[in-house]
Amino acid sequence: MNLLNAIFIGLKDIWAHKFRTLLTMFGIVLGVSSLVAMAAVITGMEKGMKESMIAMGGLDKIRIDDEDVPAWQDHLKTQAPGRLIRDVEALQASAPLITTISPEMRLDWRATRVTRQGKSASTSEIVGVWPAVLEMNLYEVAHGRFFCDLDEEFANSVCVIGTGVRDQLFGSPEEEGQEVVPLGQIIQIGGQPFTIVGMFKHYESEQERKLKELAKKQAQEDSGGVKRQRGWSGAKKWGDAFWRKNNVVYMPLNTAWIKFRAASNDDLTPDPRLTDIDIKIADLDLLEPALQQARNVMLVTHNGINDFEFDTQENQINDIRTRIRNMRISQGVIAGLSLLVGGIGIMNIMLASINERIREIGTCKAVGASSEAIFTQIIVESIAVAMLGAVVGLGFSFLLVELIEIASPAQNSPIITAYPMLIAVGFSGLVGVVAGLFPALKAAGLHPIQALRYE
Amino acid sequence: MALVELREIRKTYHLGGETIHALDGVTLDVQAGDFTSIIGPSGSGKSTLMHILGCLDSPTSGSMSLDGVNIHDATPRELAKIRGEKIGFVFQFFNLLPKLNVAQNVELPLIYQGISSRSRKEKSMHALKLVGLEDRAKHRPSQLSGGQQQRVAIARALVNDPRIIFADEPTGNLDSHTGEMILETFCKLHQEGRTIMLVTHDPEIAALTPQKIEIRDGKIALDVDAKLAGKESRFKLRGSPEPNP
Repeated sequence: MNLLNAIFIGLKDIWAHKFRTLLTMFGIVLGVSSLVAMAAVITGMEKGMKESMIAMGGLDKIRIDDEDVPAWQDHLKTQAPGRLIRDVEALQASAPLITTISPEMRLDWRATRVTRQGKSASTSEIVGVWPAVLEMNLYEVAHGRFFCDLDEEFANSVCVIGTGVRDQLFGSPEEEGQEVVPLGQIIQIGGQPFTIVGMFKHYESEQERKLKELAKKQAQEDSGGVKRQRGWSGAKKWGDAFWRKNNVVYMPLNTAWIKFRAASNDDLTPDPRLTDIDIKIADLDLLEPALQQARNVMLVTHNGINDFEFDTQENQINDIRTRIRNMRISQGVIAGLSLLVGGIGIMNIMLASINERIREIGTCKAVGASSEAIFTQIIVESIAVAMLGAVVGLGFSFLLVELIEIASPAQNSPIITAYPMLIAVGFSGLVGVVAGLFPALKAAGLHPIQALRYE
Repeated sequence: MALVELREIRKTYHLGGETIHALDGVTLDVQAGDFTSIIGPSGSGKSTLMHILGCLDSPTSGSMSLDGVNIHDATPRELAKIRGEKIGFVFQFFNLLPKLNVAQNVELPLIYQGISSRSRKEKSMHALKLVGLEDRAKHRPSQLSGGQQQRVAIARALVNDPRIIFADEPTGNLDSHTGEMILETFCKLHQEGRTIMLVTHDPEIAALTPQKIEIRDGKIALDVDAKLAGKESRFKLRGSPEPNP
């Protein structure tokens, strides 16, 4: 008996019990679709996280953060100096493994409004920086220039803005129909006039770019008529890494200090603390010695008070990786369990259907079916149910992903990949084999006479 | 050489410590072209004999050959092959597969032999023609009458062109008129030269067949013809063979 005939007879039986088969399949359908959909969601999240990671700066970026002093230094808490420009200068002078150092002095973005002619812009950060920030945070000046030493020295009222701020104050290119470069324009930052000397490149995620191109194409097709706002309108998403990157206002560090921080603390005393010190090291392999160097230098400038810590991007990436792996494992377990339950359902139905068909099996044996042929027939039936379920499940997963996409923001939109599909289908096949094994052995082992006489 | 040769066949069952000799040394020859009935009361061992003859079961001891092939030491797999190629079965309850249509039911033995679907179709249509049901090929068994179902079963038994056909009480589940028609079909097949063995408990049916074997307590009773000699069959079949004196 060839395989084709076994499949034919097996499928015939499935067709004879359409509704029962459908119910049986459901476990597999849910298992497969949840596996594929969950994998798609995780892949989407992973991609989103990676993109934000890159947007925030490279792997070799290390942040020096404030940290509560350890318990044994608790009595020195009030003496803790915090991160100051002094630390930066000391690190520059004494830590040769550090190649780049970028201090930041962030202004309170809630208290410091950025306005122009009555228009006000919401910003992600207004911060005083050194030119090293370009390399550190991976910014590129697309128009104009960045600050020079003279700007720093004289605390000039100049600023470089991201395209998001430009969009809000001067209108976006999509609205204006042409590139808007507001170089030389004056804007108010916290009520003080600043000249825009430069503007950064526009940063966007892969998906955003595609959406924009699509909108542009649609707009071209839509020629004439009243100009309406449609399609891409520069959707502003709070908290999005790209939004944050595009909505910055940078000024020289010294300007931030002299014009804002020198007298703008809560109790109107000068606040010389930096909000951020980012460093880059020569080589990731030298991470440990470089951190040790930096720690030693900073312990000297901080009089031995350990009120800082180093936060590496690698830690964050490892963190993300661990989280993704945990999600993978948990989704795998869930999908595996539902596939298993589906398999048990199949086995149950196969056993029931064999008990119904004992006399038929006896007849088949009497007309020349060998035990192997019966075995093949039953196991093919079981595999066919499982695979049918898997195929329906794959279709279902696309539907599920569509639903998730509607429900969740586009940033981490799920991406269906072939790999989980293959795994899901393969595992379903395996489940089919395993579920069919016992019933098939049982059917094959029936003695022809006993099967024929079975009531 | 006889088509079927049985030598000292014994079949023993063990039921809860008790040993039952279903067959107790049966020696028997069936020649090609014979139309033999096996009669005997229930529990006499006639079904067991038919199962062994039909290669559905293996004897406990003794030797047996069918068409020159030794059966008594064949593996279950070999037995399945012999059943598929050399033997046709007709059962009391027809045993058609309800999910397959008539033609597919008839094709069943050929499917297990791995015969191509085209030649399967030809053969099954031919077999259906022999029993006069070629116009019912696409029907389901449940759409046919009992007699028609049994004729489909006969077509199924014929489709592999078997050396021998076994019929186990083929009229047992039919009314007497329909049963008569089925017996007529068997007689016709006999006249075409087929070897048929018919198991029945009804002496009047047995009276129709040229050869008779009576089984009693697992042994062949020798006086069967004498016992049946005086019996007048209630079946009046067209072209039925004259019973042997």
